[in-house]
Amino acid sequence: MKRSLVCIICPRGCSLCVEGSGNDMKVSGNSCAKGARYAVDECTHPVRTVTSIVRVSNREDTMVSVKTSVPIPKEHIFDAMEIIRDLTAEAPVHIGDILCPAVFGADVIATKDIF
Amino acid sequence: MTEHQIVVIGGGPAGMAAAVAAYDQGVTDVAIIDREAELGGILRQCIHNGFGLYKLGRELTGPEYAAVYQAQVVQRGIRVYPDTMVTNLTKDRIITARNRQGILQIKAGAVILAMGCRERSRGALNICGTRPAGIYSAGTAQKFINCLGYSVGKRVVILGSGDIGLIMARRLSLEGAKVEAVCEILPYSGGLTRNIVQCLEDFGIPLYLSHTVAEIHGKDRVEGVTIAQVDQNRRILEETKRYIPCDTLLLSCGLIPENELTRAAGIPMDPITSGALVDEHRQTQVPGIFACGNVLQVHDLVDYVSDEAETAGIGAAEYVRQELHAGRAVNTVAGNGVRYVLPQQIHTDAGCDIPLFLRVTKPFGKVRFTVRSGEEVLVKLTCPKAAPGEMVRIQVKADMLAKVTDAVTVELEELA
Repeated sequence: MKRSLVCIICPRGCSLCVEGSGNDMKVSGNSCAKGARYAVDECTHPVRTVTSIVRVSNREDTMVSVKTSVPIPKEHIFDAMEIIRDLTAEAPVHIGDILCPAVFGADVIATKDIF
Repeated sequence: MTEHQIVVIGGGPAGMAAAVAAYDQGVTDVAIIDREAELGGILRQCIHNGFGLYKLGRELTGPEYAAVYQAQVVQRGIRVYPDTMVTNLTKDRIITARNRQGILQIKAGAVILAMGCRERSRGALNICGTRPAGIYSAGTAQKFINCLGYSVGKRVVILGSGDIGLIMARRLSLEGAKVEAVCEILPYSGGLTRNIVQCLEDFGIPLYLSHTVAEIHGKDRVEGVTIAQVDQNRRILEETKRYIPCDTLLLSCGLIPENELTRAAGIPMDPITSGALVDEHRQTQVPGIFACGNVLQVHDLVDYVSDEAETAGIGAAEYVRQELHAGRAVNTVAGNGVRYVLPQQIHTDAGCDIPLFLRVTKPFGKVRFTVRSGEEVLVKLTCPKAAPGEMVRIQVKADMLAKVTDAVTVELEELA
Protein backbone atom coordinates (compact mmCIF):
# COMPACT_ATOMS: atom_id res chain seq x y z
CA MET A 1 0.00 0.00 0.00
CA LYS A 2 1.26 3.49 -0.87
CA ARG A 3 0.06 6.62 0.92
CA SER A 4 0.90 10.30 0.37
CA LEU A 5 0.95 12.65 3.34
CA VAL A 6 1.93 16.20 4.15
CA CYS A 7 4.09 16.40 7.26
CA ILE A 8 2.61 18.70 9.92
CA ILE A 9 5.55 18.61 12.33
CA CYS A 10 7.03 21.91 11.15
CA PRO A 11 6.10 24.72 8.73
CA ARG A 12 8.23 23.20 5.99
CA GLY A 13 5.36 20.81 5.20
CA CYS A 14 7.34 18.05 3.44
CA SER A 15 5.44 15.79 1.05
CA LEU A 16 5.83 12.29 2.45
CA CYS A 17 5.30 8.93 0.84
CA VAL A 18 4.69 5.81 2.94
CA GLU A 19 5.00 2.33 1.48
CA GLY A 20 4.32 -1.03 3.13
CA SER A 21 2.38 -1.73 6.31
CA GLY A 22 2.71 -3.00 9.89
CA ASN A 23 6.30 -3.17 11.04
CA ASP A 24 7.62 -2.84 7.53
CA MET A 25 6.94 0.76 6.53
CA LYS A 26 9.24 2.78 4.32
CA VAL A 27 8.99 6.57 4.44
CA SER A 28 10.41 8.86 1.77
CA GLY A 29 10.27 12.61 1.13
CA ASN A 30 11.01 13.52 4.77
CA SER A 31 13.80 15.96 5.66
CA CYS A 32 14.27 14.76 9.22
CA ALA A 33 13.74 11.85 11.60
CA LYS A 34 10.67 13.49 13.13
CA GLY A 35 9.01 13.41 9.71
CA ALA A 36 9.59 9.67 9.37
CA ARG A 37 8.11 9.08 12.83
CA TYR A 38 5.13 11.31 12.00
CA ALA A 39 4.43 9.33 8.81
CA VAL A 40 4.45 5.98 10.63
CA ASP A 41 2.29 7.36 13.46
CA GLU A 42 -0.16 8.90 11.00
CA CYS A 43 -0.62 5.52 9.28
CA THR A 44 -0.92 3.49 12.49
CA HIS A 45 -2.28 5.73 15.27
CA PRO A 46 -2.61 9.41 14.26
CA VAL A 47 -2.22 11.89 17.13
CA ARG A 48 -2.74 15.65 17.59
CA THR A 49 -2.04 18.20 20.31
CA VAL A 50 -5.35 19.79 21.31
CA THR A 51 -5.36 23.46 22.35
CA SER A 52 -8.33 25.26 23.85
CA ILE A 53 -9.37 27.54 26.70
CA VAL A 54 -10.71 27.19 30.22
CA ARG A 55 -12.74 29.83 32.05
CA VAL A 56 -11.07 31.48 35.05
CA SER A 57 -13.83 31.49 37.67
CA ASN A 58 -12.50 34.30 39.85
CA ARG A 59 -11.69 36.80 37.05
CA GLU A 60 -14.18 38.62 34.87
CA ASP A 61 -14.18 37.71 31.14
CA THR A 62 -10.91 35.84 31.51
CA MET A 63 -9.95 32.60 29.85
CA VAL A 64 -6.72 30.69 30.35
CA SER A 65 -5.37 28.96 27.28
CA VAL A 66 -4.57 25.25 27.65
CA LYS A 67 -3.07 22.36 25.69
CA THR A 68 -2.68 18.63 26.03
CA SER A 69 0.82 18.02 27.41
CA VAL A 70 1.43 15.45 24.66
CA PRO A 71 -0.46 14.68 21.43
CA ILE A 72 -3.55 12.50 21.96
CA PRO A 73 -5.24 10.01 19.61
CA LYS A 74 -6.95 11.91 16.80
CA GLU A 75 -10.22 10.03 17.24
CA HIS A 76 -10.52 11.38 20.79
CA ILE A 77 -10.10 15.09 19.96
CA PHE A 78 -13.79 15.87 20.42
CA ASP A 79 -14.04 13.71 23.58
CA ALA A 80 -11.13 15.68 25.01
CA MET A 81 -12.86 18.94 24.07
CA GLU A 82 -15.94 17.81 26.04
CA ILE A 83 -13.78 17.31 29.13
CA ILE A 84 -11.92 20.62 28.66
CA ARG A 85 -15.18 22.52 28.17
CA ASP A 86 -16.37 21.49 31.64
CA LEU A 87 -13.17 22.59 33.42
CA THR A 88 -12.72 25.83 35.32
CA ALA A 89 -9.54 27.28 36.73
CA GLU A 90 -8.88 29.58 39.63
CA ALA A 91 -6.35 32.39 39.38
CA PRO A 92 -3.45 32.59 39.93
CA VAL A 93 -2.67 30.10 37.16
CA HIS A 94 0.85 29.53 35.85
CA ILE A 95 2.16 28.12 32.59
CA GLY A 96 2.50 24.35 32.99
CA ASP A 97 -0.06 24.01 35.82
CA ILE A 98 -2.03 20.78 35.40
CA LEU A 99 -5.72 21.66 35.19
CA CYS A 100 -6.87 18.10 34.52
CA PRO A 101 -4.73 14.94 34.60
CA ALA A 102 -5.05 11.80 32.47
CA VAL A 103 -7.06 12.94 29.45
CA PHE A 104 -6.48 10.24 26.82
CA GLY A 105 -2.89 9.82 27.96
CA ALA A 106 -2.13 13.53 28.41
CA ASP A 107 -2.53 16.20 31.08
CA VAL A 108 -4.44 19.37 30.25
CA ILE A 109 -1.97 22.12 31.16
CA ALA A 110 -2.16 25.92 31.23
CA THR A 111 -0.27 27.81 28.53
CA LYS A 112 -0.75 31.31 29.94
CA ASP A 113 -0.06 32.99 33.28
CA ILE A 114 -3.14 34.54 34.89
CA PHE A 115 -2.21 36.56 37.99
CA MET B 1 10.14 65.70 28.51
CA THR B 2 11.06 62.10 29.36
CA GLU B 3 14.09 60.71 27.55
CA HIS B 4 15.13 57.15 26.72
CA GLN B 5 18.09 55.89 24.73
CA ILE B 6 15.86 53.52 22.75
CA VAL B 7 12.07 53.46 22.54
CA VAL B 8 10.30 50.48 20.98
CA ILE B 9 6.76 51.13 19.76
CA GLY B 10 4.73 47.93 20.11
CA GLY B 11 5.16 45.12 22.66
CA GLY B 12 4.37 42.11 20.50
CA PRO B 13 6.94 39.51 19.45
CA ALA B 14 8.89 42.03 17.35
CA GLY B 15 8.97 44.74 20.01
CA MET B 16 9.99 42.41 22.83
CA ALA B 17 12.79 40.73 20.84
CA ALA B 18 14.08 44.09 19.59
CA ALA B 19 14.15 45.59 23.09
CA VAL B 20 15.95 42.56 24.55
CA ALA B 21 18.52 42.52 21.73
CA ALA B 22 19.21 46.26 22.12
CA TYR B 23 19.61 45.87 25.89
CA ASP B 24 21.99 42.96 25.43
CA GLN B 25 24.19 45.22 23.28
CA GLY B 26 24.76 47.32 26.37
CA VAL B 27 22.14 50.02 25.86
CA THR B 28 20.31 49.61 29.12
CA ASP B 29 17.85 52.52 28.92
CA VAL B 30 15.31 50.79 26.68
CA ALA B 31 11.53 51.32 26.90
CA ILE B 32 8.60 49.54 25.25
CA ILE B 33 5.30 51.36 24.67
CA ASP B 34 2.21 49.21 24.07
CA ARG B 35 -1.48 50.03 23.84
CA GLU B 36 -2.51 46.79 25.59
CA ALA B 37 -2.29 46.10 29.31
CA GLU B 38 0.12 43.21 28.79
CA LEU B 39 3.01 42.44 26.48
CA GLY B 40 2.68 39.74 23.84
CA GLY B 41 0.56 41.35 21.13
CA ILE B 42 -1.42 39.02 18.90
CA LEU B 43 0.45 35.97 20.27
CA ARG B 44 -1.79 36.16 23.34
CA GLN B 45 -4.81 35.15 21.26
CA CYS B 46 -2.98 32.56 19.14
CA ILE B 47 -3.53 29.67 21.54
CA HIS B 48 -2.65 26.99 18.96
CA ASN B 49 0.75 25.33 18.90
CA GLY B 50 3.49 25.40 16.28
CA PHE B 51 5.49 28.43 17.44
CA GLY B 52 9.16 28.42 18.30
CA LEU B 53 10.38 25.33 16.41
CA TYR B 54 13.10 27.28 14.60
CA LYS B 55 13.93 29.96 17.13
CA LEU B 56 13.64 28.09 20.43
CA GLY B 57 13.94 24.48 19.27
CA ARG B 58 10.65 23.41 20.85
CA GLU B 59 7.01 23.63 19.91
CA LEU B 60 5.03 26.17 21.90
CA THR B 61 1.63 27.84 21.81
CA GLY B 62 1.43 31.58 21.15
CA PRO B 63 1.03 32.62 24.80
CA GLU B 64 3.95 30.38 25.79
CA TYR B 65 6.17 31.88 23.07
CA ALA B 66 5.23 35.38 24.26
CA ALA B 67 5.97 34.42 27.86
CA VAL B 68 9.55 33.41 26.96
CA TYR B 69 10.28 36.92 25.68
CA GLN B 70 8.20 38.65 28.34
CA ALA B 71 10.36 36.98 30.98
CA GLN B 72 13.50 38.29 29.23
CA VAL B 73 12.03 41.83 29.22
CA VAL B 74 11.18 41.64 32.91
CA GLN B 75 14.52 40.08 33.85
CA ARG B 76 16.42 42.97 32.25
CA GLY B 77 14.26 45.60 33.90
CA ILE B 78 13.26 47.05 30.55
CA ARG B 79 10.78 49.88 31.15
CA VAL B 80 7.28 49.11 29.83
CA TYR B 81 4.55 51.70 29.29
CA PRO B 82 1.36 49.59 29.22
CA ASP B 83 -2.10 50.82 28.14
CA THR B 84 -0.34 53.59 26.27
CA MET B 85 -1.17 54.61 22.70
CA VAL B 86 1.43 56.40 20.61
CA THR B 87 -0.31 59.07 18.57
CA ASN B 88 2.59 60.78 16.85
CA LEU B 89 6.23 60.37 15.92
CA THR B 90 8.48 63.02 14.42
CA LYS B 91 11.61 62.75 12.27
CA ASP B 92 13.74 63.89 15.20
CA ARG B 93 12.32 61.04 17.31
CA ILE B 94 9.91 62.83 19.59
CA ILE B 95 7.08 60.49 20.53
CA THR B 96 3.66 61.68 21.65
CA ALA B 97 1.59 59.10 23.53
CA ARG B 98 -1.44 59.05 25.77
CA ASN B 99 -2.62 56.90 28.63
CA ARG B 100 -4.69 57.30 31.81
CA GLN B 101 -2.12 59.68 33.26
CA GLY B 102 -2.49 62.03 30.31
CA ILE B 103 -0.27 62.96 27.41
CA LEU B 104 3.39 61.94 27.39
CA GLN B 105 6.22 63.33 25.31
CA ILE B 106 9.27 61.15 25.03
CA LYS B 107 12.54 61.95 23.30
CA ALA B 108 14.30 58.85 22.03
CA GLY B 109 17.92 58.36 21.00
CA ALA B 110 16.64 55.73 18.57
CA VAL B 111 13.15 54.44 17.79
CA ILE B 112 12.19 50.90 16.77
CA LEU B 113 8.84 50.60 15.01
CA ALA B 114 7.16 47.28 15.88
CA MET B 115 3.44 48.03 15.56
CA GLY B 116 2.48 44.91 13.61
CA CYS B 117 -0.56 44.68 11.38
CA ARG B 118 -4.29 45.04 11.39
CA GLU B 119 -6.72 42.98 9.33
CA ARG B 120 -8.32 43.96 6.05
CA SER B 121 -11.99 44.68 6.79
CA ARG B 122 -15.21 44.18 4.87
CA GLY B 123 -15.17 47.81 3.74
CA ALA B 124 -11.88 47.25 1.95
CA LEU B 125 -13.20 44.13 0.22
CA ASN B 126 -16.33 45.62 -1.39
CA ILE B 127 -18.65 42.69 -0.68
CA CYS B 128 -22.26 43.33 -1.76
CA GLY B 129 -25.27 42.85 0.49
CA THR B 130 -26.68 43.94 3.80
CA ARG B 131 -24.82 44.95 6.96
CA PRO B 132 -26.00 42.51 9.63
CA ALA B 133 -24.24 41.38 12.80
CA GLY B 134 -22.12 38.24 12.50
CA ILE B 135 -19.34 39.50 10.21
CA TYR B 136 -15.95 39.40 11.88
CA SER B 137 -12.37 39.62 10.82
CA ALA B 138 -10.77 36.28 11.70
CA GLY B 139 -8.49 37.83 14.30
CA THR B 140 -11.34 39.62 16.03
CA ALA B 141 -13.26 36.36 16.27
CA GLN B 142 -10.08 34.73 17.59
CA LYS B 143 -9.81 37.32 20.36
CA PHE B 144 -13.50 36.98 21.28
CA ILE B 145 -13.25 33.19 21.53
CA ASN B 146 -9.77 32.66 22.95
CA CYS B 147 -9.34 35.62 25.28
CA LEU B 148 -12.87 36.57 26.30
CA GLY B 149 -14.65 33.22 25.99
CA TYR B 150 -17.48 34.42 23.74
CA SER B 151 -18.97 32.26 21.00
CA VAL B 152 -19.16 34.06 17.64
CA GLY B 153 -21.54 31.73 15.77
CA LYS B 154 -22.72 28.22 14.97
CA ARG B 155 -22.65 27.97 11.17
CA VAL B 156 -19.70 29.70 9.64
CA VAL B 157 -18.30 30.56 6.22
CA ILE B 158 -14.71 31.80 6.05
CA LEU B 159 -13.47 34.03 3.24
CA GLY B 160 -9.72 33.81 2.75
CA SER B 161 -7.41 30.85 3.28
CA GLY B 162 -4.47 32.56 4.93
CA ASP B 163 -3.18 30.89 8.08
CA ILE B 164 -5.45 32.85 10.44
CA GLY B 165 -8.55 31.74 8.50
CA LEU B 166 -7.40 28.12 8.55
CA ILE B 167 -6.55 28.19 12.25
CA MET B 168 -9.98 29.68 12.99
CA ALA B 169 -11.73 27.00 10.92
CA ARG B 170 -10.24 24.40 13.25
CA ARG B 171 -10.86 26.42 16.39
CA LEU B 172 -14.55 26.97 15.57
CA SER B 173 -14.95 23.27 14.72
CA LEU B 174 -13.46 22.29 18.08
CA GLU B 175 -15.89 24.66 19.81
CA GLY B 176 -18.81 22.87 18.16
CA ALA B 177 -19.54 25.24 15.27
CA LYS B 178 -20.05 23.91 11.75
CA VAL B 179 -17.67 25.48 9.25
CA GLU B 180 -19.49 25.19 5.93
CA ALA B 181 -16.72 26.35 3.64
CA VAL B 182 -13.47 28.23 3.26
CA CYS B 183 -13.43 30.33 0.06
CA GLU B 184 -10.19 31.58 -1.49
CA ILE B 185 -10.32 34.05 -4.37
CA LEU B 186 -6.88 33.00 -5.65
CA PRO B 187 -6.32 29.65 -7.39
CA TYR B 188 -4.03 28.63 -4.49
CA SER B 189 -4.05 29.00 -0.71
CA GLY B 190 -1.77 31.51 0.96
CA GLY B 191 -1.63 29.34 4.08
CA LEU B 192 0.95 26.74 5.05
CA THR B 193 0.24 23.27 3.67
CA ARG B 194 0.42 21.82 7.17
CA ASN B 195 -2.47 24.08 8.17
CA ILE B 196 -4.60 22.92 5.25
CA VAL B 197 -4.02 19.37 6.46
CA GLN B 198 -4.46 19.80 10.21
CA CYS B 199 -7.12 22.54 10.17
CA LEU B 200 -9.31 21.68 7.18
CA GLU B 201 -8.74 18.05 6.15
CA ASP B 202 -8.76 16.78 9.75
CA PHE B 203 -12.23 18.30 10.17
CA GLY B 204 -13.66 17.61 6.71
CA ILE B 205 -13.98 21.32 5.84
CA PRO B 206 -14.13 22.04 2.09
CA LEU B 207 -11.71 24.60 0.58
CA TYR B 208 -13.04 26.28 -2.57
CA LEU B 209 -10.22 27.84 -4.57
CA SER B 210 -10.97 30.66 -7.07
CA HIS B 211 -14.14 31.36 -5.07
CA THR B 212 -15.35 34.42 -3.23
CA VAL B 213 -18.34 35.69 -1.28
CA ALA B 214 -20.51 37.53 -3.79
CA GLU B 215 -23.21 38.72 -1.39
CA ILE B 216 -24.08 38.77 2.29
CA HIS B 217 -27.72 38.16 3.30
CA GLY B 218 -29.62 38.91 6.51
CA LYS B 219 -31.17 41.92 8.20
CA ASP B 220 -30.16 41.88 11.87
CA ARG B 221 -27.96 38.79 11.79
CA VAL B 222 -26.19 37.05 8.91
CA GLU B 223 -28.62 34.50 7.42
CA GLY B 224 -26.44 33.28 4.60
CA VAL B 225 -23.92 34.16 1.94
CA THR B 226 -23.83 33.71 -1.81
CA ILE B 227 -20.52 32.28 -2.91
CA ALA B 228 -19.33 32.13 -6.51
CA GLN B 229 -16.40 31.07 -8.61
CA VAL B 230 -14.23 33.78 -10.17
CA ASP B 231 -12.37 33.91 -13.48
CA GLN B 232 -8.64 34.61 -13.79
CA ASN B 233 -9.37 38.34 -13.47
CA ARG B 234 -11.20 37.67 -10.20
CA ARG B 235 -14.57 38.53 -11.79
CA ILE B 236 -17.57 36.65 -10.45
CA LEU B 237 -19.01 33.96 -12.78
CA GLU B 238 -22.76 34.52 -12.42
CA GLU B 239 -23.74 30.95 -13.31
CA THR B 240 -21.66 29.54 -10.44
CA LYS B 241 -23.44 31.51 -7.69
CA ARG B 242 -24.75 29.39 -4.85
CA TYR B 243 -26.35 30.16 -1.51
CA ILE B 244 -24.95 28.82 1.77
CA PRO B 245 -27.06 29.35 4.91
CA CYS B 246 -24.89 30.50 7.83
CA ASP B 247 -25.00 32.87 10.79
CA THR B 248 -21.39 34.02 10.71
CA LEU B 249 -18.88 35.17 8.10
CA LEU B 250 -15.19 35.40 8.99
CA LEU B 251 -12.86 37.48 6.85
CA SER B 252 -9.24 36.37 6.62
CA CYS B 253 -8.24 38.49 3.66
CA GLY B 254 -4.82 39.79 4.41
CA LEU B 255 -2.97 41.98 6.85
CA ILE B 256 -2.20 45.67 6.56
CA PRO B 257 0.94 46.93 8.33
CA GLU B 258 -0.05 49.67 10.80
CA ASN B 259 2.23 52.38 9.48
CA GLU B 260 0.37 55.57 10.45
CA LEU B 261 3.25 56.63 12.71
CA THR B 262 5.79 55.75 10.04
CA ARG B 263 4.01 58.03 7.59
CA ALA B 264 3.60 60.75 10.22
CA ALA B 265 7.38 60.81 10.62
CA GLY B 266 7.76 61.20 6.86
CA ILE B 267 9.57 57.88 6.46
CA PRO B 268 9.70 56.71 2.82
CA MET B 269 7.63 53.57 2.21
CA ASP B 270 7.76 50.58 -0.13
CA PRO B 271 4.45 50.34 -2.03
CA ILE B 272 4.77 46.55 -2.35
CA THR B 273 5.46 45.60 1.28
CA SER B 274 3.42 48.57 2.63
CA GLY B 275 6.26 48.96 5.12
CA ALA B 276 9.21 51.32 5.39
CA LEU B 277 12.19 51.14 3.06
CA VAL B 278 15.06 49.77 5.15
CA ASP B 279 18.70 48.74 4.98
CA GLU B 280 20.23 45.52 6.33
CA HIS B 281 20.13 46.89 9.91
CA ARG B 282 16.39 47.54 9.42
CA GLN B 283 17.10 51.25 9.62
CA THR B 284 14.59 53.34 7.67
CA GLN B 285 15.66 56.26 5.51
CA VAL B 286 15.20 58.53 8.52
CA PRO B 287 18.36 58.05 10.61
CA GLY B 288 17.77 56.56 14.07
CA ILE B 289 14.37 55.10 13.24
CA PHE B 290 14.27 51.32 12.68
CA ALA B 291 11.43 48.95 11.81
CA CYS B 292 10.90 45.21 12.25
CA GLY B 293 8.30 42.47 12.32
CA ASN B 294 4.96 42.59 10.56
CA VAL B 295 4.88 46.38 10.39
CA LEU B 296 7.84 46.10 8.02
CA GLN B 297 6.83 43.02 6.03
CA VAL B 298 4.21 40.37 6.79
CA HIS B 299 6.03 37.26 7.98
CA ASP B 300 5.02 33.58 7.79
CA LEU B 301 6.32 32.62 11.22
CA VAL B 302 6.84 34.45 14.48
CA ASP B 303 10.28 32.84 14.70
CA TYR B 304 11.37 34.96 11.73
CA VAL B 305 9.79 38.06 13.31
CA SER B 306 11.97 37.56 16.39
CA ASP B 307 15.07 37.17 14.20
CA GLU B 308 14.35 40.35 12.27
CA ALA B 309 13.61 42.24 15.48
CA GLU B 310 17.00 41.25 16.90
CA THR B 311 18.66 42.69 13.81
CA ALA B 312 16.77 45.97 14.35
CA GLY B 313 17.55 45.98 18.08
CA ILE B 314 21.28 45.51 17.45
CA GLY B 315 21.17 48.21 14.76
CA ALA B 316 19.45 50.69 17.06
CA ALA B 317 21.98 50.01 19.83
CA GLU B 318 24.86 50.61 17.38
CA TYR B 319 23.18 53.83 16.23
CA VAL B 320 22.90 55.10 19.80
CA ARG B 321 26.59 54.30 20.35
CA GLN B 322 27.37 56.00 17.00
CA GLU B 323 28.85 52.77 15.70
CA LEU B 324 26.33 51.92 13.00
CA HIS B 325 28.05 51.13 9.73
CA ALA B 326 27.03 53.37 6.85
CA GLY B 327 29.31 52.99 3.88
CA ARG B 328 28.74 52.24 0.22
CA ALA B 329 25.02 51.61 -0.28
CA VAL B 330 23.28 49.98 -3.23
CA ASN B 331 19.61 49.22 -3.84
CA THR B 332 18.14 45.75 -4.16
CA VAL B 333 15.78 45.04 -7.04
CA ALA B 334 13.05 42.41 -7.49
CA GLY B 335 13.63 40.80 -10.89
CA ASN B 336 11.70 38.16 -12.83
CA GLY B 337 9.28 36.15 -10.66
CA VAL B 338 10.16 38.05 -7.47
CA ARG B 339 7.57 40.31 -5.84
CA TYR B 340 9.86 42.16 -3.44
CA VAL B 341 13.28 42.00 -1.84
CA LEU B 342 13.97 43.21 1.68
CA PRO B 343 16.13 45.04 2.76
CA GLN B 344 15.64 47.46 -0.11
CA GLN B 345 19.12 48.90 0.40
CA ILE B 346 22.35 47.20 1.53
CA HIS B 347 25.83 48.37 2.49
CA THR B 348 28.26 46.30 0.51
CA ASP B 349 31.52 47.23 2.23
CA ALA B 350 30.70 46.27 5.83
CA GLY B 351 32.52 42.93 5.66
CA CYS B 352 29.44 40.99 6.84
CA ASP B 353 27.22 38.46 5.14
CA ILE B 354 23.77 39.90 4.43
CA PRO B 355 20.61 37.78 4.21
CA LEU B 356 18.04 38.88 1.63
CA PHE B 357 14.36 38.09 2.18
CA LEU B 358 11.92 37.84 -0.69
CA ARG B 359 8.61 36.53 -1.91
CA VAL B 360 7.79 35.12 -5.33
CA THR B 361 4.92 36.38 -7.50
CA LYS B 362 3.03 33.06 -7.85
CA PRO B 363 3.48 29.36 -7.07
CA PHE B 364 6.37 27.76 -8.96
CA GLY B 365 7.76 24.24 -9.20
CA LYS B 366 11.52 23.80 -9.07
CA VAL B 367 13.23 27.17 -9.41
CA ARG B 368 16.71 28.64 -9.40
CA PHE B 369 17.21 32.03 -7.78
CA THR B 370 20.07 34.18 -9.01
CA VAL B 371 21.39 37.15 -7.10
CA ARG B 372 23.49 39.35 -9.36
CA SER B 373 24.92 42.82 -9.65
CA GLY B 374 25.41 43.77 -13.27
CA GLU B 375 27.04 40.71 -14.82
CA GLU B 376 28.52 39.53 -11.53
CA VAL B 377 26.60 36.53 -10.09
CA LEU B 378 26.70 36.64 -6.28
CA VAL B 379 24.62 33.59 -5.33
CA LYS B 380 22.64 30.87 -7.03
CA LEU B 381 20.10 28.89 -5.04
CA THR B 382 17.88 26.04 -6.24
CA CYS B 383 14.60 25.27 -4.45
CA PRO B 384 12.31 22.27 -5.10
CA LYS B 385 9.30 24.63 -5.02
CA ALA B 386 8.44 28.25 -4.31
CA ALA B 387 5.14 29.85 -3.30
CA PRO B 388 4.07 33.40 -2.39
CA GLY B 389 3.11 32.16 1.09
CA GLU B 390 6.66 31.08 1.86
CA MET B 391 9.30 33.73 2.34
CA VAL B 392 12.66 32.88 0.79
CA ARG B 393 15.95 33.73 2.51
CA ILE B 394 19.16 33.99 0.52
CA GLN B 395 22.45 34.67 2.26
CA VAL B 396 24.93 36.81 0.32
CA LYS B 397 28.53 36.36 1.43
CA ALA B 398 30.68 39.33 2.46
CA ASP B 399 33.41 38.55 -0.08
CA MET B 400 30.85 38.56 -2.90
CA LEU B 401 29.31 41.81 -1.64
CA ALA B 402 32.73 43.43 -1.67
CA LYS B 403 32.70 43.18 -5.48
CA VAL B 404 29.33 44.93 -5.78
CA THR B 405 29.08 48.51 -6.96
CA ASP B 406 25.73 48.43 -8.74
CA ALA B 407 22.14 47.53 -7.76
CA VAL B 408 21.66 43.91 -6.62
CA THR B 409 18.91 42.05 -8.47
CA VAL B 410 17.24 38.83 -7.39
CA GLU B 411 15.45 36.88 -10.12
CA LEU B 412 14.25 33.34 -10.63
CA GLU B 413 14.03 30.93 -13.51
CA GLU B 414 11.71 27.96 -13.50
CA LEU B 415 13.50 24.65 -14.07
CA ALA B 416 11.71 21.93 -15.98
